[in-house]
Order: sequence, then structure tokens, then C-alpha cells
Amino acid sequence: MIEQLMDEIEIEPERYELTAGPAYHFELGEMRRRDFFRVLGGGLLIVLALKDAPAQQESGGGGRRGGSPRPVEIGAWLHIAEDGTVTAYTGKAEVGQNIRTSLTQSVAEELRAPVSTIKVVMGDTELTPYDMGTFGSRTTPDMFPQLRKAAAAARETMLDLAAEGLKVERDSLLAADGKVTHPATRRSLSYGELSKGQKIMKAISAASLSPSGEWKVAGKPLRKINGRDIVTGRHHYTPDVKLPGMLHGKVLRPSAFGATLASIDSKEAEKLPGVVVARDGDFVGVVAPNEETVARAVTAIRAEWKATPQVSAKELFEHLRKTPNLPANAPTNPSTGLPTNPPTGLAESLAAAHQKLERTYTIAYIAHAPLEPRAAVAEWKDGKLTVWTGTQRPFGVREELAGAFRIPETSVRVIVPDTGSGYGGKHSGEAAIEAARLAKAAGKAVKLVWTREEEFTWAYFRPAGVIDVTSGVNKDGVITAWDFHNYNSGNAGLRPVYAIQNQRCEFHRSDSPLRQGSYRALASTANHFAREVHIDELAASLKMDPLEFRLKNLKDDRLRAALEAAAKAFGWGKSKPAADHGFGIAGGFEKGGYIANCAEVSVDRASGKVKIVRVVTAFECGAIVNPDGLKNQVEGSVIQGIGGALFEAIDFADGKILNPRFSRYRVPRFSDTPELETVLLDRKDLPSAGAGECPIVALAPAVGAAIFDATGVRLRSLPMVPGGLHS
Amino acid sequence: MNHIKAMRVLELQVNGTKRRVEIDGERSLLSVLRGELDLTGAKYGCGEGQCGACTVLIDGRAARSCLTQAASVEGKQITTVEGLERNGDLHPLQEAFLAVDAMQCGYCTAGMLMSGVGLLKKTPNPTDAEILRAMEGNVCRCGTYPRIVAAIRRAASGDKAAKGGAQ
Repeated sequence: MIEQLMDEIEIEPERYELTAGPAYHFELGEMRRRDFFRVLGGGLLIVLALKDAPAQQESGGGGRRGGSPRPVEIGAWLHIAEDGTVTAYTGKAEVGQNIRTSLTQSVAEELRAPVSTIKVVMGDTELTPYDMGTFGSRTTPDMFPQLRKAAAAARETMLDLAAEGLKVERDSLLAADGKVTHPATRRSLSYGELSKGQKIMKAISAASLSPSGEWKVAGKPLRKINGRDIVTGRHHYTPDVKLPGMLHGKVLRPSAFGATLASIDSKEAEKLPGVVVARDGDFVGVVAPNEETVARAVTAIRAEWKATPQVSAKELFEHLRKTPNLPANAPTNPSTGLPTNPPTGLAESLAAAHQKLERTYTIAYIAHAPLEPRAAVAEWKDGKLTVWTGTQRPFGVREELAGAFRIPETSVRVIVPDTGSGYGGKHSGEAAIEAARLAKAAGKAVKLVWTREEEFTWAYFRPAGVIDVTSGVNKDGVITAWDFHNYNSGNAGLRPVYAIQNQRCEFHRSDSPLRQGSYRALASTANHFAREVHIDELAASLKMDPLEFRLKNLKDDRLRAALEAAAKAFGWGKSKPAADHGFGIAGGFEKGGYIANCAEVSVDRASGKVKIVRVVTAFECGAIVNPDGLKNQVEGSVIQGIGGALFEAIDFADGKILNPRFSRYRVPRFSDTPELETVLLDRKDLPSAGAGECPIVALAPAVGAAIFDATGVRLRSLPMVPGGLHS
Repeated sequence: MNHIKAMRVLELQVNGTKRRVEIDGERSLLSVLRGELDLTGAKYGCGEGQCGACTVLIDGRAARSCLTQAASVEGKQITTVEGLERNGDLHPLQEAFLAVDAMQCGYCTAGMLMSGVGLLKKTPNPTDAEILRAMEGNVCRCGTYPRIVAAIRRAASGDKAAKGGAQ
């Protein structure tokens, strides 16, 4: 049955950056202009992998027409050199989520080889199999088993070869520690001796995988595998890459979003030593021998831009609500079978409710602000383009580059050095395209590093949103009706985990004044905020304990377990340490993980300052791969979540970002960090899910509930207290 | 207007070695370290002294190299993250970062280390409040703050070398 063979994931509609048009339409001077189209359409379904069908070609997360199939031969994924060095290949990118380490564990576990002998080549379009991209928390559920399968098949091949070489029964052999041993005669052959460094062309067979309960390397803490390179400064991120004769590039940015170039005078800039100004339509860029000169040259260009009036932050929410410009719930999530029409009974049950509650919640645009800004080094050689860049989608950027320069993808190589984070914000190849365009103009390799201001302005944002919730409860505290409408922020996490008989949950696309796209956990944070704050409001109006109210309306045992674990560790139900403190709880699920947060806040009534004192998190994502790496991800999600919960917001007017700097856009710092306790629930009976996203979704509503508990003030907008409680 | 700045030779003391660079007078120390001396450990993060990714030690004190004119630190001892390791031995704070996995993407790590080493040189056994005060100007977007605090505590309470270490 095809349904049983396929894992399907939906590309959520709020991944706007994947379906946006190209950033530039280059004339490319001598080249004939022709329009090209992006092959990624909206809302497409992606066939990720064929389960248990080793002999068939897997579609490898193709995600586009003509996407390369996932190779079936072991050698595409794993190579054993004559000296025993094992190299694994994956198109995933390391952006701080520590998958270089967890994927090493997957190979070590199944191959039975020491961690120190394993190297993972990641995100190099020339060397690694095609991969759709590092997003959607897919690495652990998808690439982790893929490399396990490849490593297990390689181990079986080593056993076959050893049986032949030692002329013994295969069953009498043991694979361990990078070699095959015949215990009866104490003879052994190392993997290197067996492979002789040759590529293993055998297909990945249905080799038996170690059950997670028997894991020896996976499932245990392992420190960051290249940590030493990081702490010594030896690791080269993209901005650290240097090529011989390389020049530095910079783009002249328009005065506002969508502005077109009216006139330009670059004479002064061109007087600077070694400066070349390149123009291609509205694209104007400069190259120079060093970054100071290039910055000075861009400043020296006199340009006039034609801009049009645009929606500003102060009229944003009204604008989003009145401009749903696409059909509700398009595309609908087929796996949930979301109803698009109000179910019969919704209006009746609202009318019949003991209590009805109607509330609106808003969510501001926020920036990912990865500490490493977008950067690229591009080099053309014999018609072939090589680009080093920090991206979560090496193959996606290859496609963008091929499109921009109208060359075949086989003429483009994208290499992704382990990158200074992304959080869903590095799915696109702007810097790569700009560097490549300038390298083409200069005839030399070009490095281009975005300034912080450029990163804050010309990347994409987490979508803003307006969420209307209308609900009804009966006298016993059972939610009987739920009508939930999200304008603009997205579809992820739209549906409640609560068992509500009459419900309608809809996402309405709106006209966004700012460029928007994926962000860690997508719209799930917005939807959880609205839902869980609303739940807290219902509990308060019924004078019920918010935990008890949730448990009463919950059918999902995994979330129940997370809520109970968090409540227990937090001491839920105990009295507050002081009158100006408050406790709050919230929970949810996303990307296969289950999360519950309990938060304690203190509020200084005089100044209005809100401090998150303590956060307890319970998290469950199936069988744990690397407990300490997982804990690090959960803690990081909670801390990053503090920014969006309390104070992060992009301010903008008329096509300009008004706070494109860390001095004007506040991100969480050391002093914002609460006391953290993380409870990891290890479900060895369940497959491992990813964990980079889910743990961010429930923090804001837990904190909001705690602020209400402390002050009686209900906050319904993210960020909740950008200027303190009095703002 | 004249954009061509006068070139001059600077003599910088970096990680215990004398380095001569010919640059125009207005370049930042960060730009010279990265662009001329191939010391790319210090990172650009914001260019306005708000994120701390570019932190180095100048005469033992943590300083933002993006806001420091290279010409202003002639004759001073400059230490970058590359200078913390001695004869293959990591600085105790580097060891502590590894021991508690005080990093995710690692882009902030060099700056965190330099701010932390600067703190430990001045205050060998810092209180939590002193740690927060010294580190507040360093941003980690991945949110590894509690681990970085744990690493600083660990290095402070560990062997005495934590306080000597780098210049």
C-alpha cells in the first residue's frame, strides 16, 4: 500500500521564503534575458522516504520536480578508508543544533566503530546526497535513521567480507570497535583492511538496527564533536573563509522595500583604489580589496530611489485582519483533514455554552538575528561556480544560484561550513547570489558579509499575526466550542490538543507589509500563545486551577505526561514565595515533540519590570539520542523564547525597518536568564523526533499566565512587556 | 571629497608576537586582526559593541575590537582566542566550555571566552552577580547562557591556572 510506504510531510504555508520569487532578475550583461520560474510551488506535498523498501529508490526529500532521488548504495552515504577512517555524507547543515554530533553517534552505533574514527561531511552539494534542507525538525526523524541504515548495511558488508577473508561461518563473527573479530580463533580484520578503501556499491539492505534500549553510543551524552575547533577559534565559518586574490563585495541597498533605482552617480566611489561598481538592473554592488574600502565606496555612491508608501507597524494588525487575500486554509493539511466549513453544531454549542469567551491576540514580527549574519564567498572557474555560504538549504541555494545565472545546477557547488545559527532564518541564498554576481563582474573571488543592519532589514521575519478566539465551556469545565482564526502568522500548531467536540480552526493568509518566512517552530508559537492564554482565561473565569482545567479537557496521554512532569518538578500548587510573584503553566506539541512549561515571574510594581525567575520544562520527543545535546536545545529554545515573549518586536514604517540594530532591538541576555530545570522524558518505545523547535512554543503563554497570577493583568500581545508592564 | 586615507605601518603585539601591518589609519582592530593577520577567531556580530562576538583582551582587559581603532592599541598586549592555547594545552576556561558543552553554533564562543578570561584575570573567584555584569554585553542567540555561567564557575573553582592562563 502506497500510504503505508510513505512518510509525508507538509510544507507549511508560512514558509513563505520557499515560494517567494527570486530576489534578483539579472540581465547578466552579455546574456540574453529570459524569465525563469521557481520550481517550488505553493503548498506542495513532499514524499520523504519509502519505509522498508530498500530495493527501491527513495525519493530523498526531493521536494521539487526533478529532485534527485535519494541514492540507495551504501557508498553514497558512507565510506571506509584503508586506514579505517569512516566518512559519512549528509546534505544536512550544522547550524548549532548539534546534529554533526548526533549523526556521528548514529554511525558509530550501527557501524560499531569508535566515534573518533568518524567524520561527517555535511551540506556540500558536490559530495553529499541531495537533501531538501535542514528544517522542520527532520534531521532526527529522517537523517538519523537514514545514516543508521547505511551504517548497519556497511557493518553487514564488513561481516560478509570478513567471513570470506577468514573462511569462517559468518555467524561466528563479531563486529565491534571498528573491526570484525572471530572470537574462537582470536583473529580479527579491521574495517579498513576489509574495505581496502573501496566504495561500497551494495544497496542499503534491510539490515537490523539496534533497538534503542540496547544503544551503546546513541542515547548517551556526547560532547560537541568539533568543540575544540570552536573554542580555539580554528573553525572557519563562512565569513572566515579566504581565497587567494579574493575581493570584498557589498550591495547598495534601496532606500525602502520595493524601491526602484531612479538615478545613480558612482564616480566618487570609482575613484577609490581598486573599486569596481557593478550594476545589473536595480542591483548595484561594489567590489574592493578590503572591507573598509568597499563600505566607503558604497557610501560614496549617490543614488535616488523611487519608493511607494507602505503599511507601518502602527496600522499592522488592522491591515492583516482586513486583507485576507487567499482562501482560508489553503492549502489544507491533508493529514489532519481540517474542516474548512464551520462544523454543524459550532454556532449552537457557542450559543448554549455556560460561559462564552471572545478574545483577540496579536503577534509582532520578530527577527531571527543569527549572530553570524548572511555571508558568502563566491568563485567562478571555467564556467563553474563555487559558493561557500551559511544556509540551512545548500541544495536550495544551489537551485537559486543556477536560476539566477541561468546555468545548470551541475555547474554550481554550494559548500556550507558549520554555520553561526539560523533558527529557520537561513533558508534563502541572498548573500550567495550577491557574492556570485559580484565575483562574475570582478572576474575574481568575492566575499560578501551582511552587516547587522542588513541582516535585520533584508532577511525575512517571523510573520506577525492576529488571532481571534471564541470559545464556550459548560458548567463542569468542559470546553464545548472552539472557533480559532489566525490571520497571517500561519498554520503550524493551529489545532488544539484538547478534545473539543465542536471546533473550527482556520488560517487566513494576509497581505504582509514585510518579507516573512520560517522561524523556529513557525506559527506554532503564535498559535500556542493564543490558545494557551485563552485556556488560562477560561480556567480563571471558571475559578478552576489551570492545570486541572487542562487535564480535564485533554485526551492526549503524552501531553498529559509532560504537564504532570513539569508541574511535579515545579511544585505546582504550592504557595507563591511573595505577593509580587506569579506562577503559570502551559503546554503543547509540535513536530513530534510534547512540551510543558511552568514559569515563575516577579513583577516590580513601581517600575513595571517583569523578571522571569524560574522555568521548569518537561519535554518528550520519543527515544532520546543525545541527552545532553537535547537538554542544550531545550534550554536554548526557552531562552530564545524569552525574547519573543517579553520584548522582541520589529518596528517599521513606510518600507523601512526602524530598529535594525542590537542597541534598538533587544534580544535575551545573561541577566534575562531564569533558573532553569529541564525534565527529559525518554520514551524508548517511540521513534526519535527532532527537538530544535517544539520547546519554544509554550514558554510565552506560561509566562503570560504567571504575570496574570502576579498582577491580575492579562496580556494578549507578543511581545508582552516591551517597555515593562506599564507600557 | 578625498576617500583615500593615508597608509601607515602599525606594529601590533598580538598573542605575544610582534606583527607589522600596513593599513590606513582608520581601520578597526577587528578588521585588521581578521583581514590582515588571518586571526578570524574574533567575529563580527554587530559593529556597534552590542554583541561581544569581537571581544579580545587589550592589556588583559576585555575590549570590543570592532569599536577599537587598530592604531590606538600600538604597544599594547592584544590577546585573541587563538592565543589562549599554550603548547597544545587549552586555557582552563576553554576546557570548561568543552566540559559543559557551553555552545551550540559556536559563533559567540570566542567572544564569550575572552570576556570570561578577562573577568577571571581581574576577579579570580567571581560571584554570580559579577559574572552577569561582566558577561551582559555578550550575546548568545542560541541561549547557552546558563552553560557559559557554569563554565566560568567551573574554571574559577578549578585549578589555579584558570587565573593565569593567557596574557
